[in-house]
Amino acid sequence: MKKRLVYLDYAATTPVDPRVIAAMEPYWGKFVGNTMSLHSQGMRASAAVEKVREIIARSIGAETEEIVFTGNATESNNLALKGVAEANPLKKKILISSIEHDCVVESAKWLAGKGYEIKEIPVNRDGLIDFEWLGRELTEEVLLVSVIHGNNEVGTIQDIGRIGSLCRAKGVLFHTDASQSFGKVLIDVKEMEIDLLTASSHKIYGPKGVAILYIRNGVAINPILHGGGHEGGVRSSTVNVPAIVGMGKAVEVCQNIRISEGQNIRKLRDKLIKGILDKVEDCWLNGDAKNRLPNNVNISFARVEGEGLLLELDVRGIEVSTGSACSSRSLEPSHVLLAMGLTAPEAHGSIRFSLGRWTTEAEINYVLRVVPEVVAKLRKMSPFKK
Amino acid sequence: MTRAQFQYSKKVLKHFRNPHNLGKINDPSGIGEVGNMVCGDVMKLYIKVKNNIITEIKFETYGCAAAIATSSVITDLVKGKTIDEAIKMTNKDVIDSLDGLPPVKIHCSLLSVDALSEAIYDYLFKEKKEIPKEVVSRHQRLIVHSS
Repeated sequence: MKKRLVYLDYAATTPVDPRVIAAMEPYWGKFVGNTMSLHSQGMRASAAVEKVREIIARSIGAETEEIVFTGNATESNNLALKGVAEANPLKKKILISSIEHDCVVESAKWLAGKGYEIKEIPVNRDGLIDFEWLGRELTEEVLLVSVIHGNNEVGTIQDIGRIGSLCRAKGVLFHTDASQSFGKVLIDVKEMEIDLLTASSHKIYGPKGVAILYIRNGVAINPILHGGGHEGGVRSSTVNVPAIVGMGKAVEVCQNIRISEGQNIRKLRDKLIKGILDKVEDCWLNGDAKNRLPNNVNISFARVEGEGLLLELDVRGIEVSTGSACSSRSLEPSHVLLAMGLTAPEAHGSIRFSLGRWTTEAEINYVLRVVPEVVAKLRKMSPFKK
Repeated sequence: MTRAQFQYSKKVLKHFRNPHNLGKINDPSGIGEVGNMVCGDVMKLYIKVKNNIITEIKFETYGCAAAIATSSVITDLVKGKTIDEAIKMTNKDVIDSLDGLPPVKIHCSLLSVDALSEAIYDYLFKEKKEIPKEVVSRHQRLIVHSS
């Protein structure tokens, strides 16, 4: 079997689309200018940024002034939690889902250290949040609810419109981390009654180093970076013009091809899921089969350890990710899989394949030939037999 | 997360991809099994002893690349050695033979030494031979640890 290079880690980061690179190109040298400068070059830089702000606002049904550029999704999520907590000192209770990205989990922990009460919304085996629990715990005393839209590990998409309306009815702020879903799944912040939303550039074929936080008009938030008063005082820092221009182009491309691209990737995703489940014994899909990011496949293989599987696939050119403890710095298995009720050994054997714009059917066929072979090899090494 | 891969030495990856002495021995003189499914590494080591010499050794391991590589390399180190020599084996010997391990994976090397020690304990116990103190105390520590 000829070795190929198959990148299936688009959920970690995406290559930058050539159209995005072309759009950014003049902003590295030809168009200089700090957005705060009053001269012509400064005004041109500022105009370019404002144009992107409008593109992004329109893409999620927001007002232009509701979009704040940040350095990355981690910063956006930190700003959402810490900034809202700081600006609204009367309420001290925050609910986050039990399957948030580390940057939300760690921000919440940090707030817990400052005296905030943090509660985790449980999820079911498919990673869908428990609305019954939320109905009980969601009172006027809650300051903020933060629930990830499309989960980065297992791909489950939450009904954020329903969470939004529950929160709005109680006067509770609602933040969602849409890093994985933005550009792939339709989002309307007004209709879904979202107060704060995080979206990232490098997950949608834009450059790294830029993300946004949508902050609904009227939501009080304090900055976590203080300085020259950029971004309406919410995020001081020299504005990263080339990256923002790139993110704008990336959003435009996604909008233009979202439906057809989504269909293609979903088809390949389903082929990969079905193929693995058919060809390999004792494995199962993690995450909701229906409410799922179009590009996410997360499968646990019984009696196989994820890091070993990842490295064996890597030798054969296939690049994926795992929720195994062995590949994490903490040596703890994925908190997302554990929250969904998987046991530690079940979590150790999980592999995430995330597809993207340049994934082909030939690549999926290759993966479907390699995976059963590699799983069999590792199972042969294991002391656990069927 | 291929971060870990960049930290593995070439030797670790070589042993991981083509492990030596993989499998089981049907009528072993001793078996050592250590680790647990929660932490994600389980090693099972089989030894065959003749005239106080480990003539045959095989392993089965569930775990990461480091767990498999340390299992593989310890079988190389021990094969042909006397029981006394095998008991003196330390995790440093294992790490050195692999040209180092990432700090977070050091526990895998300890696991392989523990598995060997347990296999020797099993052999000596079954043969009703005298069991050296260090092997007994390690055995007791492992039992406490796993219960």
